[in-house]
Amino acid sequence: MVDSKQQWKAWLYLSPAIILLLVFTVWPIFNTLRMAFLNGYGNMAAMGGATFDLGIQNFLKVIEYDKFIDCLKTTAILCVATVPISTTLALLIAVALNSIKPLQKTLQTIFFLPYVTNSIAIGMVFATMFNIVGYNPVERAADTWGIINNVIQFFGGEAISWINQGSTYTANIAVMIVYIVWNALPFKILILLGGLQSINKQYYDAAKVDGTPKARVLTRITIPLLSPMLAYVIITGFIGGFKEYSSIVGIFGEKMGPPDDAGRLNTMVGFVYDALEKDRQGLASAGALILFVIILIVTLFNNKVIKKHVHY
Amino acid sequence: MKVVLENLTKIFPSRDKKSGKEVVAVNDFTFEIPDGQLVGLLGPSGCGKSTTLYMISGLQKPSSGKIYFGDDDVTELSTENRGIGLVFQNYALYPHMTVQQNILFPLQNLGGKDKLSKQEMLDRAYEAARLVQIDELMDRKPSELSGGQQQRVAIARALVKMPRVLLLDEPLSNLDARLRLQTREEIRRIQKETGITTIFVTHDQEEAMSISDVIVVMKLGVVQQIGKPQDVYDDPKNLFVATFLGTPPINVLEGKVEGGKVYIGDEAVMNVNGVEDQNVYIGIRPEGIEPAADGVLTCKLNNVEVMGRDASVVSSHENSVNPVVRAIISSDIKVDTTAEAVKFNIKPHKFFLFNKDTEERVYFEVK
Ligand SMILES: Nc1ncnc2c1ncn2[C@@H]1O[C@H](COP(=O)(O)OP(=O)(O)OP(=O)(O)O)[C@@H](O)[C@H]1O
Ligand SMILES: [Mg+2]
Repeated sequence: MVDSKQQWKAWLYLSPAIILLLVFTVWPIFNTLRMAFLNGYGNMAAMGGATFDLGIQNFLKVIEYDKFIDCLKTTAILCVATVPISTTLALLIAVALNSIKPLQKTLQTIFFLPYVTNSIAIGMVFATMFNIVGYNPVERAADTWGIINNVIQFFGGEAISWINQGSTYTANIAVMIVYIVWNALPFKILILLGGLQSINKQYYDAAKVDGTPKARVLTRITIPLLSPMLAYVIITGFIGGFKEYSSIVGIFGEKMGPPDDAGRLNTMVGFVYDALEKDRQGLASAGALILFVIILIVTLFNNKVIKKHVHY
Repeated sequence: MKVVLENLTKIFPSRDKKSGKEVVAVNDFTFEIPDGQLVGLLGPSGCGKSTTLYMISGLQKPSSGKIYFGDDDVTELSTENRGIGLVFQNYALYPHMTVQQNILFPLQNLGGKDKLSKQEMLDRAYEAARLVQIDELMDRKPSELSGGQQQRVAIARALVKMPRVLLLDEPLSNLDARLRLQTREEIRRIQKETGITTIFVTHDQEEAMSISDVIVVMKLGVVQQIGKPQDVYDDPKNLFVATFLGTPPINVLEGKVEGGKVYIGDEAVMNVNGVEDQNVYIGIRPEGIEPAADGVLTCKLNNVEVMGRDASVVSSHENSVNPVVRAIISSDIKVDTTAEAVKFNIKPHKFFLFNKDTEERVYFEVK
């Protein structure tokens, strides 16, 4: 135990961290709770001297708001589609990287580069590849198809309006999935590669002696032994997926949708930001709390499912 | 299946470029293992036993030399096609599978015409498990087993697909003394029952001597001697083999041969007519000397340890290389423990001469 005379020293050393946590984590959480349960709370109004009743009106408003369901739907679709794809791809790439001896370090660096690149910048590149409206007049859009449409046309297909005027929701989501998967890969590859390199080589020798085909080595040995890392990657993937926002801004801009249907791809976090901008902090807080509860439930569910499949 | 090793050599390239010293882990190993025999590869740590085993398994490629299974040259054959069973030094059981899944795994990999039905696999797995007496533990994970049980699971996994050759890398090193004794008998029994040519690695000479048909003694990658355990023990080719085999270890003393007589200090202890004059190491097995009033070798008596059937006379001699000179005698023979000195007689066939420089055996006629 620390001598009681020394205790103030301990507190002193801890104080920077504690103060920062109090100001930027504990107080905002508390404040969010407070605002969420004050009916119709808004900062401006509060400063103007208005008072608010305690209640759950904010929550009811969030749920009643028809766009909210759309936000939830888009978020859920993006999550459910991207996490399995990016995890599978990351696994395959990590396994391939791990089995390559020459240039391994170089390839690792290349695969990790997107991680240190700004996601808005990446979004703009993707937007150009899928061709974004606004960079060119709409009437000349046909001349400026991005590289994806060029490839499609090269193989005799018909150009698709991915994100431009008249694009479908499905096409929009497809672009988002490609982008989010690509963006999520480096971190997952890094984690899985680390996991692979810590697996005892002797299991592979044993598998060789047992005459195990390559595919079975992957499914029966590598994946089970990697399951703790996979679980981590999947759970954090879902959590990140439910907070998806900047990726959509990266591709569609702040309008969160194609030019003729702004807000079509809005997500939960996008909804919260919108409410904040309109000085409806009560509504935003309620939305954030609902998002928190959803993430909590999904994570608990994930944990339960994953526990059955994670070894040791 | 007989296994033939022909000039087998393994050289590991040096790690750091500066010193540039490569490691010759196995050096020019030639040996034919007859079908159905149990061979013990014996030697101190780092002498290349595991490396030899891994080359036979195909997990490591020889730098040069050839390996034959029967008449087939398998040198270039990959591990999975060699049809071997291997028990690793630390078992390498798959931690996420139960005992049953571990044992089934090699069978599930069989494809084509060797493919087995689910029931056949289970039957074979249980048969292998019964052989090593772990059929009660089939639903446990490896982490829920004792070292000895893991060992036996590993043996069952290696045996279940009826390998042409069974390779065991220090299979008993993690067991306590009793279990080790029991398990080595079991390995012997299993090997006899299955008739699978088996090579097992150990650094415990007693273990190797007790169950092997043939032992191979290695040192620094070089084979020192090959033969039946008792033959190697009775007729070691050099000082290393003589000192490596036997517990308690052989007594080694410095001496010289002069005019057909072996001298330890001033005492002439043996007539060896026809042997050239030279400096020698003298090796005498503990059971090869016994106290006698008219003995030829005088030692300072330290104490006498009685261990049931046997007694051990512990003495010292200034020319001894070991700290003590030990004689194992029947405990019926009484030794005067109060005496300062003890005189020993030496049995000629337990008495070996080694040239002091080459440490090679110097042979002489026993008269
Ligand atoms: N991959 C490797 N690279 C370089 N040197 C190695 C490698 N594997 C083994 N060696 C060296 O080769 C020699 C023989 O090793 P080996 O593992 O065959 O010894 P061993 O007789 O099995 O010893 P132990 O009884 O300790 O298991 C040792 O000197 C070891 O350091
Ligand atoms: Mg070894």
